[in-house]
Amino acid sequence: MTSFFDAIKPGLEREIGSHTFGRDEIIAFAKKFDPQPFHLNDEAAKDSLFGALCASGWHVTAIWMRLNIQQGRGAFSGLLDYDKEPVFGPSPGIRNLRWLHPVFPGDTITYRSTTANKRLSPNRPGWGMLMSSEAATNQNGRLVCRFDGAVTLKVG
Amino acid sequence: MLVFDDFEIGRAFPLGPKLVTSQEIIEFAAEFDPQPFHLDPESPQAELVGGLIASGWHTCAMVMAMMCESYLLNTASLGSGGLESIRWLHPVRPGDTLTGEAKVMDRRVSASNPKMGIVTFAYGLQNQDGTKVLAINGTGFVRKNLPA
Repeated sequence: MTSFFDAIKPGLEREIGSHTFGRDEIIAFAKKFDPQPFHLNDEAAKDSLFGALCASGWHVTAIWMRLNIQQGRGAFSGLLDYDKEPVFGPSPGIRNLRWLHPVFPGDTITYRSTTANKRLSPNRPGWGMLMSSEAATNQNGRLVCRFDGAVTLKVG
Repeated sequence: MLVFDDFEIGRAFPLGPKLVTSQEIIEFAAEFDPQPFHLDPESPQAELVGGLIASGWHTCAMVMAMMCESYLLNTASLGSGGLESIRWLHPVRPGDTLTGEAKVMDRRVSASNPKMGIVTFAYGLQNQDGTKVLAINGTGFVRKNLPA
């Protein structure tokens, strides 16, 4: 029996999925969580650094999370040989989050993840941590967002 | 309207209070983070973490909304280029009342854009028991002066 934790190796890269950001969903997210004028209003956005209405950075990362759960974790199965499905727990946090370029309505963002490292939990027997480097690019190949992720998982 | 000069080092902006409901936890999770411990308090996964807990990204969205309400919508804000760290220190649960502050840790004028300042913030939230649930270190862009 090979567990997922044993099978996963640093440097493994996979595509998590893509999402086209619609204007309505950009505005709906911003109204709820980030109602700054450049996320809501075309005129106000023209005078901003972004030059046009764009998605909240938190929206870009929230879509990463959705795709990661819906497709990204499943994408491991085609790349690795293991007998037992991994059980993931919560994340302790992330580092080096960068919003490098605005996401505009109609942009299609593709998310990729590279496994950076793995380790056993020093104080929680049976659990470990998986570290990753996450990147999101738009349809022109431009990097729009990146961060270093971490998630807990069962080792056995 | 607050501009760069108003963000003196040490100045702190209060955040909240914000009452967290199970309905909003489940609603956010259904759209963005559909894991059992964010969706179903009866799931085995939720039992492992002591019941329903909010998505960490939801807690970040909450702190964003609280910052907007506290000072950001009254600031000549130009957005943010990123965050050094986000730490989800303790689960956020239904019925929690979150409060916190956004504190100015450092600031400088942008080298590439003299009309823009870069303000470094430490922001965090705690629950009603005083337990810290979220800590973020990051930067925000603020205009030096209001546009004429």
